[in-house]
Amino acid sequence: MMEIKDLTVQYGKAKPTIEHFNLSMKKGEIISVVGESGSGKTTVIRAVLGALPGAGKVTAGTISFHGEPLLTKQKEEWRKIRGTKMSMIFQDCGGTLNPIRKIGQQYVEYIITHSKMSREEAWQKGRQMLEKMRLPDSENIMKSYPHQLSGGMRQRVGIAMAMTFQPELLLADEPTSALDVTTQAQIVRQMMELRDQYETSIIIVTHNLGVAAYMADKLIVMQHGKVVDQGTRDEVMSNPTSEYTKELLRSVPEMEGPRFV
Amino acid sequence: MFNKEDIILKTEHIVKQFPASGGRILTACHDISLNVYKGKTLGIVGESGCGKSTFVRMLTQMDVPTSGSITYRDKDMLAFSKRETWLNRQNMQMVFQDPLASFNPRMKIIDILTEPLMNFGRLKKSEKEVKAKELLEMVELPADFMYRYPHNMSGGQRQRVGIARALSLEPEILVCDEATSALDVSIQKSMIELLVRLQREKNISIVFICHDLALIQSFAHQIAVMYLGHIVEVIPGGAVGKEAKHPYTQALLGALFSIHMDPTKKIESIESEAPSPLEVPKGCPFQNRCEYCMEKCKTEKPVLKEIGEGHEVACYHICPE
Repeated sequence: MMEIKDLTVQYGKAKPTIEHFNLSMKKGEIISVVGESGSGKTTVIRAVLGALPGAGKVTAGTISFHGEPLLTKQKEEWRKIRGTKMSMIFQDCGGTLNPIRKIGQQYVEYIITHSKMSREEAWQKGRQMLEKMRLPDSENIMKSYPHQLSGGMRQRVGIAMAMTFQPELLLADEPTSALDVTTQAQIVRQMMELRDQYETSIIIVTHNLGVAAYMADKLIVMQHGKVVDQGTRDEVMSNPTSEYTKELLRSVPEMEGPRFV
Repeated sequence: MFNKEDIILKTEHIVKQFPASGGRILTACHDISLNVYKGKTLGIVGESGCGKSTFVRMLTQMDVPTSGSITYRDKDMLAFSKRETWLNRQNMQMVFQDPLASFNPRMKIIDILTEPLMNFGRLKKSEKEVKAKELLEMVELPADFMYRYPHNMSGGQRQRVGIARALSLEPEILVCDEATSALDVSIQKSMIELLVRLQREKNISIVFICHDLALIQSFAHQIAVMYLGHIVEVIPGGAVGKEAKHPYTQALLGALFSIHMDPTKKIESIESEAPSPLEVPKGCPFQNRCEYCMEKCKTEKPVLKEIGEGHEVACYHICPE
């Protein structure tokens, strides 16, 4: 469904942030990208969405989505893809909402921009999506301001919005990193359910190896902008090739792991 | 493992309330009694908003409890005068989650590291370089880092400077508020190793706030699990995986993702969210998310009961009266 070939991204004249990145993805597949901060994992999915910040530029390689090249798309064409065919969940979805407008207003605006629904229909659609994310009392949430919701609820609103048009590809940038562990478990489960229900392909970027391993069909480990390990989950987990991945796997705190005292 | 004589900091029945809008009262900490033992680590786990930071803020005298007592080596900390409080800060130091936010961006590392000592008049200007070098070596950083600014360092390096600054006064107690949460796992591990080494060398006590049960159990001697301002379980660090009893501790364990877990297995996690701390239910704080909730839980608040050595649980399901 999607293919990235030999992708290189550079910010300004600096050293390339990612180099020779390859990835191919099938429908309904979940790919996890892990790596430490600054390893270029977020840059990968930003490049896919054509949303590289500032001086970021793809200097080599191609990205194709259903066989169509994405990198040559114009602004207008992007607008038709983003939000409907591809959408993104951020680490702090609450931060992407306008703090002085109610959730409902923003949600309705989002739906109307991307479809021909009436206001009333859009409102109902929004409520329906919120309920799918198991948010209780959706009417009340639609009438709330972002700050009135908890972090976990805001994240669910963000995911509900991203899933409104049942995108084929969902890009998730650290979607659970800012959440408490019990909420994280709930969100991970719901994302897995979305995949089962709609066959959405998901690229999830995270530094939590446990989450990445649990969700992934394929796993990519990045360091300093390069892919150091890539393969199915079992391949990477049981036979890591690079020293870095081995070290990473050793560092994850585990319940039965070594104790220091 | 825990002797009464080794208690250096003792808190009894600490309550902290904040006024909230509409004349309501937010109880951030509800009747907390915990002890810090000499040379041991006390871990506090809990989700955001459970009052764990508020609790350590009171330990370090940044906040004053509404009621209760804090005793440091048989001295009542709450009765300290301003000057005594200031002097007492040499005994307790803190490391924060975001070191960048806790440093003055316009100060060089050498000044950051030696400021606490200069403040207490324990260091001469001419000795600054030597001391800074010594402190950097302690946290395994090269000595030439002292002329850098905080923004020229990586997150892990900055956190090491944070630890070095906190330890410069040679405190007896080091309080870490999510000190490793913002770091990558590999760096997180080296940070824990550093803390454990320093603890052994200097026999300091550590109070460590964390939300990752798997991490904290790897180096804490004692773990307190907090939920909505209540301590629901106190358990020896090594026993969490096998002996944890409280349904909330179980829920936290169930929500952990491990790299060795079976991916086909559904994750077990409790549904719904914690109620607002403004509307803590009467009775057990965990009642609305607990599968073992009984009639009694809705009316009476369970108190901590000892069920093993150093292991206390507040739950009617585990220890019926």
